[in-house]
Amino acid sequence: MTSAAPPAIECRGITKRFGHVLANDAVDLVVHRGSIHGVIGENGAGKSTLMAILHGFYPADSGEILVDGRKVSIDDSADAARLGIEMVHQHFMLVEPFRVVENVMLGAEGGALLKHGEAEARAALKRLAEEYGLAVDPDARVEDLPVGARQRVEILKALYRGAEVLILDEPTGVLTPQEADDLFRVLRALRDEGKAIILITHKLREVMAVTDRVSVMRGGKMVAHRETSETSAAELGELMIGRRPAAAQRPAPSAPGPEILAVEDLRVRDNAGVERVRGVSLALHAGEILGIAGVAGNGQTELLEAVSGMRAPESGTVRLRGEPITGLDAAALRRLGLAHVPEDRLRHGLIPEFEACESAILGYHGDPAWRRFLGLVSGRKVEAHAARLMRENDVRPALPRLRSSLFSGGNQQKLILAREMEREPDVLLVGQPTRGVDIGGIEAIHERLRGWRRAGKAVLLVSVELDEILALSDRILVIFDGRIVGELPGGAADERRLGLLMAGAAA
Amino acid sequence: MNRELPRWADLALLPALNLLLALGVSALVVLAAGESPAAALQALAIGSFGSWDSVGYTLFYATDMAFAGLAVAIAFKCGLFNIGVEGQAAIGGLGLALVMLGLDSTLPAALVVILAVAAGALAGAAYGAIPGWLQARRGSHVVITTIMFNFIAASLLVYLLVNVLIEPGQMAPETRRFAVGLPPLSDFGFPGRSPVNLALPLALLAALAVWVLVWRTPWGYGLRVVGSNPDAAAYAGIDQGRRIIAAMAISGALAAGIAVNELLGSQDKLILNFTGGAGFTGIAVALMGRNHPVGVLLAALLFGALAQGGAELAFEMPDLPRETVMVVQGLVILFTGALGALFRAPLSRLLGA
Repeated sequence: MTSAAPPAIECRGITKRFGHVLANDAVDLVVHRGSIHGVIGENGAGKSTLMAILHGFYPADSGEILVDGRKVSIDDSADAARLGIEMVHQHFMLVEPFRVVENVMLGAEGGALLKHGEAEARAALKRLAEEYGLAVDPDARVEDLPVGARQRVEILKALYRGAEVLILDEPTGVLTPQEADDLFRVLRALRDEGKAIILITHKLREVMAVTDRVSVMRGGKMVAHRETSETSAAELGELMIGRRPAAAQRPAPSAPGPEILAVEDLRVRDNAGVERVRGVSLALHAGEILGIAGVAGNGQTELLEAVSGMRAPESGTVRLRGEPITGLDAAALRRLGLAHVPEDRLRHGLIPEFEACESAILGYHGDPAWRRFLGLVSGRKVEAHAARLMRENDVRPALPRLRSSLFSGGNQQKLILAREMEREPDVLLVGQPTRGVDIGGIEAIHERLRGWRRAGKAVLLVSVELDEILALSDRILVIFDGRIVGELPGGAADERRLGLLMAGAAA
Repeated sequence: MNRELPRWADLALLPALNLLLALGVSALVVLAAGESPAAALQALAIGSFGSWDSVGYTLFYATDMAFAGLAVAIAFKCGLFNIGVEGQAAIGGLGLALVMLGLDSTLPAALVVILAVAAGALAGAAYGAIPGWLQARRGSHVVITTIMFNFIAASLLVYLLVNVLIEPGQMAPETRRFAVGLPPLSDFGFPGRSPVNLALPLALLAALAVWVLVWRTPWGYGLRVVGSNPDAAAYAGIDQGRRIIAAMAISGALAAGIAVNELLGSQDKLILNFTGGAGFTGIAVALMGRNHPVGVLLAALLFGALAQGGAELAFEMPDLPRETVMVVQGLVILFTGALGALFRAPLSRLLGA
């Protein structure tokens, strides 16, 4: 690569170790001005670690960073900001009750009184909106804005602080395809202004659509750099997982048994009182995996919470084997044979600060199996139970007394699945079963769910990963804006049609 | 990054370092007041453990601290910051005193004492459960309500002692003396003369009961889930509101232990402000004891020693302003309780955890 100007960012031999995990192993990366540079890799490949180092969140153990050809040290995000490196996080760092203009000024208030800074920010917002097509009402409250607009506020914030290098971490995860297209238009405009954009993602389609160059990480190492025009999604996919991907596995047609779970006209409000599920009806049969596809935030979370007994629905009925179970709490539902692997394992699935063996009885803590005289809980029995679950389900490390938070995401998930499947419930509700799980773990979890279906059990699967829905579901329901907008057979689902339905574009 | 400290460092080294720092700063305060820190420390040590009498007083104060610390700790385990131990102890004392005043001359001594303890615990529990209910069902934050309830309890006690329960013909706002009380430990062979009484073994039993309840029953498991992560409680089907109300009730009942120790064990009557601030010190005791019964008992012993040794220190060094002793006690609370995590980060770096 010959270029007159030095690259905006150059990383040389960045190495970072967490305990005995080598998160970044001598990573090199060169990003030029006026380009959109994709950094791709599976979960846990080390992308986020590298970006965190670039943004000064933690120091590298070794290696150096050059900005515009000069060696720099980035100790915190203030250093990064001085060097023009700004990051748009996957989870937005916005003060929700504040107005847009106040959020944009945050950290750049400009003096003791806000008035002056606000005028300046307002002017800048106007200019940026015109320059890049980033229009947001400066006086709107962030909490009232849709997700796509919030992301624009994050980008505006970065630009207002003088970003020359903009890092976006999985920016489309929460966006509809329409919003994602808007985002890409903005990114192209920024590139044409000479900014350097780093796009972290694991979605190959996006990389092919929007980047100029792409770097692939795997297992903490940088395994390849490519010009986007000279590569293909197939090649990148291979580089990412280190082998040719198995032809997308589709489930064989099932012979579903009797209806076991029925949801009728369910309506659910979230904590803020917004109706997130607006009249959903569905039927789940024994021996089938029913997939609920949809972009995150379209009501699938609340649907799962209501069916699992975590949240009381506004109206509607849920029946298990014909018996109404609406409004029963999660403990009662478990006793009736309806188990739940929650979407958010750290918030719901386990207690991070509890020992693993204690997390392994969450929801089943009243079970007589670990009681002894006087009904007291026996620590030894709880520990033995967890040790057995860990052995049988290959949870590593197999240390029941280790704190739950110290296990990797995949191993936490394996433990939760083991706990929920141990009682052989007839119905298993599963939310985002492989979020944050490495690729080996994903296959193991998918195999368990398929085995479950073969054993004649019913699975209701909610996932925002289209590939996961396609790989597992016998039938697919698409949820959009709190309503089921379409049903497709699993084996032969048309991905394009599915995508359109998820975007709310087709009836 | 959330680093892990080894267990021994977390439970022993860290509190020890905090205590040392508190004593170090206290030494500077004493020095500034023109006295010798070494002599002051000696007076403190001898004052709290130098004789059987002082050991007895230390244990007597430690009993208050243990009940208060346990009360704060069990609420903490449910994620609640109970600042109302003072008020719950006061109302507990009221319940206890009403039973004593009504029945102490009609029923056998042992029975009336047991009834009085039960009534105190019940009254304290009820007074704790109300803020718990307000939190669970009406969303009124328990920190705010328990503070308010302290004032209500104090005012109620003043009103009753001045207008209703006062011993006829007396000026002091106190009830008449109870005919019976909890026997002092000296009746059972404890040496020296001090008010330490049967409330001490009761406190030890309470600590054991709290441990069993919180760590060894499914109910306590649910309590800890609610305290660590209310969302996970909903996932597990644990009724958060009921746990909150119950935890506050138990907390209030434990707070009433202060009344048992002070009123039945020592004063033999209901007086104003008998808690002497123990309810607030209990917050520091619970913090230092890491909300674990064993830790709470150890911290209670320390704070009991400070209370007793501090009194002796004021006596031994009359030139030392009385307030200095309170400053020393305050510093220990500050460094062991509120700033308890001060050394956590450097220590974990040092130990390479």
